[in-house]
Amino acid sequence: MSDTSTIIELKNVCKTFDDTIAVENFNLAVQKGEFVTFLGPSGCGKTTTLRMIAGFDLPTSGQILLNGQDISKLPPNKRPVNTVFQRYALFPHLNVYENIAFGLRLKKKEIETADRKGNRVTKSVHLSRREIDEKVKHVLDIVDLEGFEKRSVATLSGGQQQRVAIARAIVNEPEILLLDEPLGALDLKMRKEMQIELKEMHKRLGITFIYVTHDQEEALTMSDKIVVINDGEIQQVGTPTDIYNEPVNTFVADFIGESNIFNGMMTGKLKVKFCGTEFVCLDDYEINQYVDVVVRPEDIIICKPGEGQLKGKVISTVFKGVHYEITVEVGRFEIVIQSTGYAAPGALIGMRIEPDGIHIMEKVYTENKYDGVITKNNTVKFGDGEFECDVTTLYPGSHLDEEGYLITAAGEKLDLTGTEVTVEIGFTDITMSDEKDAGGVEGNIISMIYKGDHYRYIVRTEENEEDYVLACPDLWNTGDKVSLIIPADKIKLTLKPAAGEKK
Amino acid sequence: MTKAIKLRFNRKQLCIPYAAFLVLFVICPLLVIIYYAFTDGTGQITFENFINFFSNTNTLGTLLNSIAISAVTTLVCLVIAYPVAYILARSKFKKKYVLLMLFVLPMWINFTLRITALKEILTAIETNIAMYPFLNTVIGMSYDFLPFMILPLYTSLSKLDKSLTEAAEDLGAGGFTVFMRVILPLSVPGIISGVTMVLLPSMTNYVVLDMLYNSTYIMGSLIGSYFAAYDWNNGSMISLVLLVIIFVITLVTNRFSDSGETGGRTNIL
Repeated sequence: MSDTSTIIELKNVCKTFDDTIAVENFNLAVQKGEFVTFLGPSGCGKTTTLRMIAGFDLPTSGQILLNGQDISKLPPNKRPVNTVFQRYALFPHLNVYENIAFGLRLKKKEIETADRKGNRVTKSVHLSRREIDEKVKHVLDIVDLEGFEKRSVATLSGGQQQRVAIARAIVNEPEILLLDEPLGALDLKMRKEMQIELKEMHKRLGITFIYVTHDQEEALTMSDKIVVINDGEIQQVGTPTDIYNEPVNTFVADFIGESNIFNGMMTGKLKVKFCGTEFVCLDDYEINQYVDVVVRPEDIIICKPGEGQLKGKVISTVFKGVHYEITVEVGRFEIVIQSTGYAAPGALIGMRIEPDGIHIMEKVYTENKYDGVITKNNTVKFGDGEFECDVTTLYPGSHLDEEGYLITAAGEKLDLTGTEVTVEIGFTDITMSDEKDAGGVEGNIISMIYKGDHYRYIVRTEENEEDYVLACPDLWNTGDKVSLIIPADKIKLTLKPAAGEKK
Repeated sequence: MTKAIKLRFNRKQLCIPYAAFLVLFVICPLLVIIYYAFTDGTGQITFENFINFFSNTNTLGTLLNSIAISAVTTLVCLVIAYPVAYILARSKFKKKYVLLMLFVLPMWINFTLRITALKEILTAIETNIAMYPFLNTVIGMSYDFLPFMILPLYTSLSKLDKSLTEAAEDLGAGGFTVFMRVILPLSVPGIISGVTMVLLPSMTNYVVLDMLYNSTYIMGSLIGSYFAAYDWNNGSMISLVLLVIIFVITLVTNRFSDSGETGGRTNIL
């Protein structure tokens, strides 16, 4: 694994903060001179990972190798890594020059001198004033801030402070430069300029950059390699083109760029059916397998009605500058198209999708499956909640007597309290309510993806972080606190084989 | 129209009570002090009080003694308070407000009571507390003024952005260097407020000394004794000299803090 050009490697890195898992099983190797971006929604663990590389947080388990050496436990001041902080963190009591010279004044360099007996010895000495001066002048030139040496950092604009922060980090000639959402506080135009400048700087300096952002466009523009992170886990690693064109799952597809995501099914070799139509595709999956289908809005070509595979009515057309964003209704599905051509709202149009525009991926979530226990009230406890259920389904032909005991078809009397069962629930059988206590369990919506005719939500409970996946045509918001209602007849129970065989 | 004029008039009227208060209780007494300081018993204008002050070894000695006591007290307070404030501000301990309150709690108890209690403790330890007047004074004053040092230090240390210390570590600074080059310079405003709040009162607060049966004289006691003997003129002159000294100290510390850091504390001047 340890390639000579690998500069930093994370091996099974995990980080937990008081029971909450921030980063899980993080494995990544970064090559020398690469521009790597950690991309993900806020709270996904990307900043925590960066802080572990910098040394501000120590991994709970796992290793961080720098040039093959384990640095997991080294304090930040012993690592040849420098950070550009989110809010710059410039020292307010020092001027621009002193801020940049801060690291240099602490640095020591090895020099070879001859001692009294004439032997060569190495001594470590502080950098001379002239050396410091030269280096500071040099980086001020790189970040375009010549003549700002004596200015107080409080008098600088956001963009200028940003440049000082970058200068302060690169002046130490780190092996890796870490950037924690460095452009987050700048306005759009400034941000675009800085993106280009940073990219230029990366080329010129040849330092490895690890960049953290939640802005997918920024990631696509700047990176050599993007690491998409969600929920503390790496979703996909690849070049911007790979990530955009070949997302591995619906999360990546939804997070990077715009996309139409549908439920589909493989109907034949290299054939997939979605939106009620069969398409030829390039991905080979087993026949009859349920899959997720992603189609980028720009891969849908508008043609005359009757031509192409799909036909639909334009609902809305929005001018976006370079292109129009056209929403089309196809049966009960909604499709978004980006096209330079105009289509009037209300018009009937045909749509064509080429095989290379159809991206098929395995479904991450295929069912809700939990381990449950029957309570003495003949309800079932699972996934942080308790639900009404029909226990008679466990034994065909059985019924309940007045005291709540189960009488099997053979007339045997059973007490089911404490019986371990497997619980399965379909995505469409769960409904959400914003009324507390309306359902058997409460949780927060942590993810939503539009699938053409419905949304797919993931609701996570607070207690044990159990996930419920459900499909619902109504629009909710991520972060909403909802109560989940599951009708008793929709809860499918099966007996666990034997108590000894359980997980 | 008339209503608007009336309103404006009303608004001006609002400041009259404050102006009256200032004139009555600040400006007038100050003028009275200046008048008394430069007159003799018969009301004749004279500089004799001034010359008296600086030619009398007794008063000069008291002045030096006060300065010494207040300087040592301030230093002791600073040395005790800085670690306390630092630990409180940096700790992740959830109940740290309770701890902070415990340190500040003595301020809520009447200070004569506190000093009386302290006297009992000192007597228990030393048997004859009159033996070590300087030490006892410093102990009493430090005990009395410690919260005034902790609070401003705590405020300025807890406002310190954690990413600044992280940035310093990131740039290669070890724990001690981070403290010397980032934390200490950034807490200078807190140090100055604390010093101002301890140094000045400890020059004049002679009640502490009196209660500790102390023979030491500080400026406050000197003024008190002159006034007790109805010598308004010399007493006023000492007050005036003290006022000027305090004014100069405040001026110097403010200048010092301005060059070091912008914002972060309420300026006395």
